[in-house]
Amino acid sequence: MSIALTTQLICFSILSLVIIVGALGVILLDSIVYSAFLLGGVFMSVAGLYLLLNASFVAAAQVLVYVGAVNVLIIFAIMLVNKKEDLKPIDNLKSRRIISTSICLTLLSLLVRVDSTDVWNLASPSTSIGEDSTIRIGEHLFSDYLLPFEVASILLLMAMIGAIVLARRDVMNQDISTGLPVDQELIEKAREPLLVKKK
Amino acid sequence: MEYGLDLEHSFNEILKGLGLSSEIAHIIWLPLPMLLVLVSAVLGVLVTVWLERKISAAAQQRIGPEYAGALGVLQPIADGLKLLVKEDIIPAKADSILFTAGPILVLVPVILSWLIVPFGQNLLISNVGIGIFLWIALSSIQPIGLLMSGYASNNKYSLLGGLRAAAQSISYEIPLALSVLAVVLMTNSLSTVDIVNQQSGAGILSWNIWRQPVGFIIFWICALAECERLPFDLPEAEEELVAGYQTEYAGMKFALFYLGSYINLILSALLVSILYLGGWGFPVPVEVLAKILNLPINAPLIQIFTASIGIVMTVLKAYLLVFVAILLRWTTPRVRIDQLLDLGWKFLLPISLANLLITAALKLAFPQVFGG
Repeated sequence: MSIALTTQLICFSILSLVIIVGALGVILLDSIVYSAFLLGGVFMSVAGLYLLLNASFVAAAQVLVYVGAVNVLIIFAIMLVNKKEDLKPIDNLKSRRIISTSICLTLLSLLVRVDSTDVWNLASPSTSIGEDSTIRIGEHLFSDYLLPFEVASILLLMAMIGAIVLARRDVMNQDISTGLPVDQELIEKAREPLLVKKK
Repeated sequence: MEYGLDLEHSFNEILKGLGLSSEIAHIIWLPLPMLLVLVSAVLGVLVTVWLERKISAAAQQRIGPEYAGALGVLQPIADGLKLLVKEDIIPAKADSILFTAGPILVLVPVILSWLIVPFGQNLLISNVGIGIFLWIALSSIQPIGLLMSGYASNNKYSLLGGLRAAAQSISYEIPLALSVLAVVLMTNSLSTVDIVNQQSGAGILSWNIWRQPVGFIIFWICALAECERLPFDLPEAEEELVAGYQTEYAGMKFALFYLGSYINLILSALLVSILYLGGWGFPVPVEVLAKILNLPINAPLIQIFTASIGIVMTVLKAYLLVFVAILLRWTTPRVRIDQLLDLGWKFLLPISLANLLITAALKLAFPQVFGG
């Protein structure tokens, strides 16, 4: 076995181990802050796997979008509302756990079943395009994948409008279709929080 | 454009001459440029710290460090040694794992970004195809480290500093990336070597600063904000937040932050010189000089000469920018957090978008000037 292959194998095992352990940590740890930071580690390791597959552009995009934007925003949100409060006990916790575990196991077995068939066994290109993949991705985004690419921006716009409406509910208190003021009781005003008044 | 010294190739040939396989030669070669760049980055920090002390002294009509070596050049080493032997304190109520991991996460991406900084045609660690994009991606990891150390310190000033740092770096990353994108648009490549080569046609006249003046200013402002230098040093604003996310840190962990911020400053200056000031290019193209002196461009002696000129030019341009940054730090007041975010989102973002659109239009209209 050549040195390059050995290095690849070692990197792959470490990255997969970090992904699996990190992902388990994200869902099993009690501290939400640790979960968020571990999520960042998992995203980074996935980027490492992309690098191993010679997809350096996808790896950098993964780091930029998932680690640099998504994960930072998650941590940011956690730290802005970092209240130490005891959650309400949930009824039938045991049965809920059993049900969710069985659903997850079913999904896992489905995935394993799909993976064991060879539907994804595409013939890999004889020569890896490597660094040219950036150009190839750009060409595809602006030719045959143009519509999905542009529709994704509409999704982002909707999310943005939604965020603005949620954040500025004290300003937008008129019903858009009728022009009448919306039921004030349902709107949390900046000065007098709804939850405090309704005791 | 395949000219210039290829040290890696000659090194491998020598080792192969000694009877080693090419793979082993490659493995022996690999750490050498990394070590070299790491050492030069740390040396660069020492020089910058000395410059900062001297220039700040001059700006405030003091003398500055004077007794440690000639003109106080050994002062930064004394600073470093002091931090090295200081006690490493972790506050009792702090989260010790995150507290330790925070500074590492801040420093590592910055050092990794040196991967793409070219000092000559072949004088860089790796000419990766995604080049400048790698730097943008890596610099987006830093806020996680800042948030981590801010949270783990268990101190309200630290937390506020960490949150401010993250908000600042998210807001200034977007105009930064957009102004880089305009340069990439003109180069047709993300690789830093290609970006410099595209500016090497007519010496100083073909530098990107003439074709991207707006982009240059946006990039410089955003780079200062990313480095948390005054006028944008809100995350560690002394009068408001003690020292921001670094408040609880001491000894070597504090030194990591210190090192990280200065390496980041030098890196940003280097990248400005690569993106806008022609990188390793001499104001008059070396080819023209060689022709005037009637020397062949591929002669070994000329090659060594051009390579050293390249390194000197890159470092000189970078340090001119560092000088500007230091002067700005000691002569401008700090902006408020709302002014900072307003500047980022309401001014720099639209301007950089317009800059990108205009660059694209100019590229279509004048392909020979703006890269076809």
